[in-house]
Parts: sequence; structure tokens; C-alpha cells
Amino acid sequence: MNRQRLSLWWFIGTLLAALLLMLVPLPAVLEPFKPYWPALVLLYWALESEDRVSLGLAFLLGLGADLFDGVLLGEQALRLTALVFIVLRFRSRLRFFPMWQQTLAVLALLLNDRLLLLVVRMLSGAAMPPASWWIAPFVGAALWPFLFLLLDDLRMRLRLQ
Amino acid sequence: MARTRDESSPLFAGNAAGTLRLIVYLALAMVLMVLDHRNGWLWRMRYAASAVVEPVYRLANLPSAGMRTLSVAFADRKLLTEQNQRLREDLLLANARLNRMAAVAEQNQHLKELLDTQRSLDLNVQLARVVGVDLGAWQQRLVLNLGARDGVKPGQPVIDAHGVMGQVVEVLPTTSVVMLVTDPAHAIPVVVERSGLRAVAFGARDGSGMVLPNIPLAADVRPGDKLLTSGLGGRFPPGFPVGKVLTVALGASGMFRTAQLQPAADLDRSEDVLLLHDQAEPAGPPAPAVPAGPPATLAPVPGAASGGAPAAAASTAGPRSASPRAAATPATPAAAGSTP
Repeated sequence: MNRQRLSLWWFIGTLLAALLLMLVPLPAVLEPFKPYWPALVLLYWALESEDRVSLGLAFLLGLGADLFDGVLLGEQALRLTALVFIVLRFRSRLRFFPMWQQTLAVLALLLNDRLLLLVVRMLSGAAMPPASWWIAPFVGAALWPFLFLLLDDLRMRLRLQ
Repeated sequence: MARTRDESSPLFAGNAAGTLRLIVYLALAMVLMVLDHRNGWLWRMRYAASAVVEPVYRLANLPSAGMRTLSVAFADRKLLTEQNQRLREDLLLANARLNRMAAVAEQNQHLKELLDTQRSLDLNVQLARVVGVDLGAWQQRLVLNLGARDGVKPGQPVIDAHGVMGQVVEVLPTTSVVMLVTDPAHAIPVVVERSGLRAVAFGARDGSGMVLPNIPLAADVRPGDKLLTSGLGGRFPPGFPVGKVLTVALGASGMFRTAQLQPAADLDRSEDVLLLHDQAEPAGPPAPAVPAGPPATLAPVPGAASGGAPAAAASTAGPRSASPRAAATPATPAAAGSTP
């Protein structure tokens, strides 16, 4: 019983940590390389524990991110909901991919996410972003195996679900 | 971990209910976005949720603050000494300049009083620190550590040692968000220092600097020209450096020229900024003069012998008074606040 509660807190904690990581500034040079942490962590949980992650949770997490970020209410909610929908749809296949294929899939998902963001920003009247804007998904995909293994290892060590 | 496969995790097909839910959520998100874009709900929600938002900002600030502390702690002694020496020289120079200017400023004040204009050279400012929070890529915004409780109001100009940085756009109880002059949604009325040409400087679309989009072909603007705030529009007080013209080129239409500007303020590196409390004076006729008759200071109050009506007003105005007093007591030189 206690372990279950602990694993729930671990789940919530990682999501909140992802939000916090999103807000932590990097030096201006590294700024374009910052991956979209909430998406990565949400992806992990969608692959690993499907019954916890639902579209509603993705929507709520996105709303929370929007609240902190202050860009446009509903923007990240839209992106994360779309992301989680795709992952849940192909979950059974993604889980059995070897790591390099999974990484490619994550890259595709993150690129798709950037496209969605681009569409939203364009519709709200922003200008075309610089080319460096497209680096972040690649960084996110490159980090994916490490993040996945780290979170998996921690979960095993803590014997959490 | 083996799981029994049921309808909730199909290997290939998705079910219609999931798609339906997706559509509902996406529609909800879009409705939210449109409403927020039109009405700016987000900020009201943020204000309501500030009890959560602000501690998180402080938390997110910790790494950069830690880096700053570390860089000071591990800085070379020689480097610090050098820096100290340089700052001391700067201070000496600035003080010398100030002393020379003091007489001129006084004379200027006197002449302006004679001319009955209301502009004063004094600055009424409040020091604020930049909170290191990343508000998303593309965002030309800063978070400051002062908010509504410190008397910050939307629209206040923000400057640093070199020039105008931007203006406060949103205020939370203990933090506020500044829109920088390089934001594409920002415009600031400027005047070319050399020729007196008036223009409006916008943030560049690609976020790299500022532009003067529509300069007439005959107008006199050259690379290297300095731009100051013109004070038109009533938001920024006149005379603050805004930027420098980098290049002037023929615009896309061929009817106007476009100038690229470099902001004068140190937008990337400023850690301490100044919030101006003097909003520009409202345009229009001057406020009615002090009513005739014996001034209040003639009343037998001990210690009020300095004479003149401003003494009464000056005694009520604290150095860090929250409200922009320009509208309330325009003619008094009471804004002798914390001059930097």
C-alpha cells in the first residue's frame, strides 16, 4: 500500500521536475539546445505505465506548463495531448522496438510536436523561427536513451511500479 | 512484466473512443487558445495561481543564482581586484561628471521653472533583480523580483545603466514580467539624436534587435546614429538612450528605408535593472497653480522655515513612494527620490 503511494509520488515528482527543468534557463549559447522535458518524461511514462497516462493527464500537464510559461493558454496542452495520443496508439509496438528504433520514433514525435507548435505560433501571428530552433528535437532524441535507462533504473532500484 | 492484453491496449487498431476523446481535448485546447489570444485570460489565471507560480519561479532561478554565487566564490582574486579597480575608476569618472553636471542641472531646472515646463531631470527609480526563468524560446521577456506588493504597475519603463530595456507588461504579487524592446510586439517612440528626426522603433521580427521600418527616403539617418526616447506617447520619459543605427537599407517596397538598430541596453547580461517610477507627464495644459494667498509654510510650524509651497508636498513624498506622482503634483520638484 505504502509502496503504491510512493510510486504515485515518484510519478508526480518526475512530471513536476520536468516542468521545473523547462523553466530553468540555460546560457544564451545553449538555449536552442534545450530539449522539451515535459514531452520526454510524459513519453516515458506513457510507454512504461499506460494506465496512469491518459489524454486528460497530458492535457492537464500541458495546462500547467502553459501557466508557468505564460505564452498562450492551451498551446502546450494541445501539443502534449497530441503527443500522448500518438504514443498510446502505437504503444505496444514502440515498447518492443530496439533502442535505436525507439529513439528514431521519439525524434519523429518531437519533430511533429515542433511542427504543431510552429502552426500554432504562425496562426497567432509570430514570425518564422531561426534554423537553430529545429535543433531541440534532435537533442531531445539524443537524450532519450539515457533518460529512458535512467528512469527505468531508478524505478527498478526503488522497486516502484 | 507480463500483461494480459485486452481492449485497452490493442496491438494495432485504435478504438474510436480514444479518437473522440482526442478530438474533444484538442478542441478544448483550441478554444482556450483563441479565448486567451483574444482576452488574455492566461494572465488573470496566473495572477490567481501566483501562490504556486512564483515559488516555482524562485525554484527555477536557483541554478542560475547558484552559478552566479559559484562564479563569485571561485573567481580569481586578481580578476576581482581588477574588476574592483575598474568599477572604482568608473565611479570616479561618473562622480566627476555628476559634479560638473550638477551646476548645469540646477541651472537647467531654474530655466525650466522660468519657462514653466514640468520636466524634471531627477530620476525616481527602484532597483530590481532579474529572476532567471526561461519563459520559452522566442520570448523576449524577463522576470523581475518585484511585483504588485512593491508598487510595480504595468507600463513602467525598465532601464539599465546603458539604456531602455523595455516595459512591465504583467504584474504578479511579488514578480513582474518585462517585455523587452526587442520583442516584435514592442514599439517605442524615438528621436535621432543628431538630426532630431522622430520615428518609432519596433522589435525585429526575428528577435535579433530592433528596426526602424519606415524612414522616408529624404530623411537623415546614418549608421552610427544614436537614438533616444522622444517622450511622445507618454509612456517612456524623454532622453533615454534606446539604441544605435547599425545599417540603413532600402526597404522591400522601395518607398522607404529600413534601419537595423542595436539596443543600447545590455539585454542579455543585466542582472540588476531599474524600474522608473516617473511616468511621463500627461500631455495637455499645466495643472492649476497653487492657490494665491499666504503659503502654508507661513503658519507657525517649527522646522518649516525653508519657505515655498513645495515643502509641503515634498514632506509627504517618500523616496520610494509607489504611485507615479507626476500626475498628482506635477509642478513640484518633489521627485528627489533615490537618484542613482
